[in-house]
Amino acid sequence: MQVHKYDVVIVGAGGAGMRAAIESGQRARTAVLTKLYPTRSHTGAAQGGMCAALANVEEDNWEWHTFDTVKGGDYLVDQDAAEVMAKEAIDAVLDLEKMGLPFNRTPEGRIDQRRFGGHTRDHGKAPVRRACYAADRTGHMILQTLYQNCVKHNVEFYNEYYVLDLLVVEDDAVREDGTPYKQKRVAGVVSYDLASGEIHVFQAKAIVFATGGAGKVFKTTSNAHTLTGDGMGIAFRRGIPLEDMEFFQFHPTGLAGLGILLSEAARGEGAILRNSEGERFMERYAPTIKDLAPRDIVARSMANEVREGRGAGPNKDYVLLDLTHLEPAHIDAKLPDITEFARTYLGVEPYTEPVPVYPTAHYAMGGVPTNIKGEVLQDNDTIIPGLYAAGEVACVSVHGSNRLGTNSLLDINVFGKRSGINAAEYAKTADFVDLPDNPTAETIAMLDVVRSGTGTEKVAAIRSDLQETMDANMQVFRTADSITTALGDIEKLRERYRNISIQDKGKRFNLDLLEAVELGFLLDLAEAMTVAALHRKESRGGHYREDFPDRDDANWMKHTMLYKDPTAETEGIKGIRFGTKPVIFTRYEPMERKY
Amino acid sequence: MTASTAEPASKVELPASVGGGGEIPTFDVTLRVRRYNPEVSDESHWDEFKLTMYGTDRVLDALHKVKWELDGSLSFRRSCAHGVCGSDAMRINGRNRLACKTLLKDLDTSKPITVEPIKGLPVEKDLIVDMEPFFQSYREIMPFLVAKGHAPTKERLQSPEDRERFDDTTKCILCAACTSSCPVFWTDGQYFGPAAIVNAHRFIFDSRDDAGDMRLEILNDKEGVWRCRTIFNCSEACPRGIQVTKAISEVKQAVLARQF
Repeated sequence: MQVHKYDVVIVGAGGAGMRAAIESGQRARTAVLTKLYPTRSHTGAAQGGMCAALANVEEDNWEWHTFDTVKGGDYLVDQDAAEVMAKEAIDAVLDLEKMGLPFNRTPEGRIDQRRFGGHTRDHGKAPVRRACYAADRTGHMILQTLYQNCVKHNVEFYNEYYVLDLLVVEDDAVREDGTPYKQKRVAGVVSYDLASGEIHVFQAKAIVFATGGAGKVFKTTSNAHTLTGDGMGIAFRRGIPLEDMEFFQFHPTGLAGLGILLSEAARGEGAILRNSEGERFMERYAPTIKDLAPRDIVARSMANEVREGRGAGPNKDYVLLDLTHLEPAHIDAKLPDITEFARTYLGVEPYTEPVPVYPTAHYAMGGVPTNIKGEVLQDNDTIIPGLYAAGEVACVSVHGSNRLGTNSLLDINVFGKRSGINAAEYAKTADFVDLPDNPTAETIAMLDVVRSGTGTEKVAAIRSDLQETMDANMQVFRTADSITTALGDIEKLRERYRNISIQDKGKRFNLDLLEAVELGFLLDLAEAMTVAALHRKESRGGHYREDFPDRDDANWMKHTMLYKDPTAETEGIKGIRFGTKPVIFTRYEPMERKY
Repeated sequence: MTASTAEPASKVELPASVGGGGEIPTFDVTLRVRRYNPEVSDESHWDEFKLTMYGTDRVLDALHKVKWELDGSLSFRRSCAHGVCGSDAMRINGRNRLACKTLLKDLDTSKPITVEPIKGLPVEKDLIVDMEPFFQSYREIMPFLVAKGHAPTKERLQSPEDRERFDDTTKCILCAACTSSCPVFWTDGQYFGPAAIVNAHRFIFDSRDDAGDMRLEILNDKEGVWRCRTIFNCSEACPRGIQVTKAISEVKQAVLARQF
């Protein structure tokens, strides 16, 4: 076991992690641990843009952006956080430009802006041009620019170091009202060096989790193979709650059958969704902003068209994204990558043919609860000093029950920056927390169980069965029956997981072992999502219950908080305790959500 | 969820061909993979796997099928699986490509499909190479914007024409397909290689940048741009369609124009 000491350790090197590193690295001794090379992170796959009310091309202001974010999230958004994000969006974009990001430009040389779903002028009157972009590779440019600036500032990376545990200690403490409680503190992380198979402990005063999402619980997903929810899983196992896990976003336009993302920017540039009869069906569901309605609404509308028999294709199981009325030169200038995806993977020429699309699992609105400083919460009121989270792993909550397009690239920049600054400032005055005795014991035990397992079950088969049941039962339409089916399947899969074996027994780049560990996290998170979905008996944003089709503010205007607790039981699942957390309101009273 | 009654006004007649044709065909392929695991042997060897695959499958799907169903020890990097993260550059039938962007049906499946690690970088295990020398070269060319003078309160202005000037080289995903296809790089590991020069180009031709001369000086070095023999392997290898050789030529021209 090797032990390293840093003031700040950042786990994950996507947009949030590297944005944090740029700030932290200039203020405190910082290390970034990442299970990939930084430039492989999935921020690079984001396409369409990053919204900020720059008002470069038409009237706009951050208050309209805040409102759209709150309404887009079906009022489950914490409004203080949305306000921070919309206000700081402007500097976040300007920061990136100054770091070198090559945004598309207006004829006057300013950052160009385009339309995106759910972003409107004056509280819903019409679509507004708010998304700053670089063709349809905005995420790629953000990831590259942040990495370039990490190189510039000599940020220290530990590439292909897979963090497997968070070292948490608990102290006896007393609340203001006199009640005793256990205060969590963090001492460091345990990581596994993929190249050598060795365990490294990183002791740190402050830790930032920026590990990304968990899209691989689903089969049809825009997410990378590596997005297995490790950070959420580690936190949950260590007694940190997970917030709003029932809310998962399905992006409307995944390439049919493959799930590869085709940006909403296509519709922002004028593309139209059509059913097998050629109808622009979004006119039925969102008469004002049509194809530019928020993603949850568009995804459900598409699934409904298919369900009612108006799907296209031989099996009538997808709809069509029509770009054929756009000028090829315009498509080439604004949407070069996604049109190439259609050509490469489906053999469809978007200049002349509509592209088959269907919703694809895209983004976890929920995650590790934080406040607007990026500090992680151990319960509704108590922070864990020194522990921060930002980006998709976190739930701050700026996305509520449905994230607007472009707001994740914004989230990682705003809250990545905040977390990086706050972690470094905290580390300046804090002491190291002593490592617990034998800090690697649990990690080594977990790896040994996987490595020495002699069972008959295969990791890939269990993962595939998990993804099948999640796609079938936890997608855009849910009922008590479908969710219960998924939950039953997950419990059986957890049994099977105890009986796995892997073939690679070596130390060097043992990715067989890695996938087995990742599957453990996927199963934990799928269970959390499913339990939370069964519990929430209403429809809101990305969570649509056909047995409870209306939003129910009287009973459910609150965040879900799930805790791992051996003494508790929720929805028949032992070991999970259910709690809630109030939604923070500042300016906006809940209204019916119409577009 | 039910739709409200209003009928969509905008309706177009779709061609009968919409949606493509029925069942996805299957076919058999043989995958021939170069294996190496120094924990087991210092020698590499070839393994063959016979697989039934679908028409939409990529080489990455075939590798996954092997790993997930036949031999869990087969090791390769991958992440996004659609050609934007740059993890899975490898030599497929002797050409550098991304496994996730290479459809099996576009290869000659009547013969075994050979898959090897990219060349010129030390092999760690199977298809995994040590990327550190590659990133070292990248870091040496100062791959970040250096702008002198006071930053404006808002954005720096840049005309669409100036932005277009370096657009091609902003597409680089650092997959190393170009650098590891270059015979000069194979024989001389000191050569910066095409990817580093591409990334230097991205800043040298950015109107906002003030460190072009420093980068040109670095690349005027004996291991710099002058080692390029314009063989064009790099341009053919680039999965992002960057005109790599053209970018290198433009850097050469810039060195000559600003002779030190």
